[in-house]
Amino acid sequence: MDAQTIIARRVAQELRPGNLVNLGIGIPTLVANYVPKEMSVFFQSENGLIGTGPIPEQGMSHPLLTDAGGRPISALPGAATFDSAMSFGLIRGGHVDVTVLGGLQVDADGHLANWMIPGKMVPGMGGAMDLVTGAKRVIIAMQHAAKGKSKIVAKCNLPLTSSRPVDLVVTDMAVIAFPGGKATLLETAPGVGVAEVLAVTEAELTVPDNVPQMKL
Amino acid sequence: MKPVSAEAAVALIPDGATIMVGGFMGVGTPERLLDELVRQKKSGLSLISNDAATPGKGVGKLFDGAQVSRMIGTHIGLNPKAQQQMLGNQITVDLIPQGTFVERIRAGGCGLGGVLTPTGVGTLVEEGKRKIEVDGKPYLLETPLRADFALVHAFLADYVGNLSYALTARNFNPLMAMAADTVIVTAENIVPIGVIAPDHVVTPGPLVDYLVSNG
Repeated sequence: MDAQTIIARRVAQELRPGNLVNLGIGIPTLVANYVPKEMSVFFQSENGLIGTGPIPEQGMSHPLLTDAGGRPISALPGAATFDSAMSFGLIRGGHVDVTVLGGLQVDADGHLANWMIPGKMVPGMGGAMDLVTGAKRVIIAMQHAAKGKSKIVAKCNLPLTSSRPVDLVVTDMAVIAFPGGKATLLETAPGVGVAEVLAVTEAELTVPDNVPQMKL
Repeated sequence: MKPVSAEAAVALIPDGATIMVGGFMGVGTPERLLDELVRQKKSGLSLISNDAATPGKGVGKLFDGAQVSRMIGTHIGLNPKAQQQMLGNQITVDLIPQGTFVERIRAGGCGLGGVLTPTGVGTLVEEGKRKIEVDGKPYLLETPLRADFALVHAFLADYVGNLSYALTARNFNPLMAMAADTVIVTAENIVPIGVIAPDHVVTPGPLVDYLVSNG
């Protein structure tokens, strides 16, 4: 199983029936593929839709129905559309149960940096700051390391997305939560040992006696 | 509401004007007005728009010919030309969180002195802003945003200027239609009065100054 699939499948297990969920672009988008069909989850697209459905077949797309990246999507039965004030009222107002976002760095306190690399990449924060500030539960879906460098750092040196810590980080190697404000290793990926995770993690991790492997 | 051609509507906009343009990645953007801004070579524009779309689409067209001198938005990462112009200091870009962006426009259109939001507290976004505590929780005071012109795209417009929108093309349009001195609208369909039922009108006609004729 490749890294992205491991992450997406594991994150999908965090969703519950009836949840209102906002998925960021990249790996988070893949999470929708692994939600059991019989489980009704509402996906929000922040450009103004609850009830996003799969990418329509060739020739079946509508130019006025797109995701936040401008790509054609479909709307499921029971979908609702609204303006951007409503969309971000839902997000900031705590009506979104779970948001899944990508990350550049998460630190030992659970703080997230995911919107800019000064001088290099300044695309803008879009909806990320509101999502991390307002969603009931924030899950970060990202690779454990990039170019051999740990993305789970002692302290973020990139600009923070929010002062509110995230709730869960799911990588291709581990699941990490922050009980009592301390980064704690909850699970490892199949075939990955605790020592292996610790060796590639810059942040200090609390390791409980029993660390199970992800069940995918 | 006055019916007008796209050419005449855009002729009202002087160089250096502040324009607010509806749309999200070019979806729900009044393309004909953008084409006309390009054709009439309007320059030095201050653009208030969620994103910079992509080259050749929506407000992205304004970056193709370097017609923008300042942008206020939330994300320009999918338009390499806007990125280049920002990193080369040809344009000034204020990037703000999307929820804050839309609330500042709402405040501008609704006569509010600003909004208090928790978004941005403890980040670069709080620099230079007043922090106000309410019930022990910190918020940033975000000031209203208004423009000289709002360029709005609707799905249906009737003969008195009542507007309704479709799917994800609604986005910032109804908010912007309240937050500018002059509001210019294009619509996919212009329909007789009554076709849009009163309960389905999103933007009431009196907010619309100019409706661009179709064809």
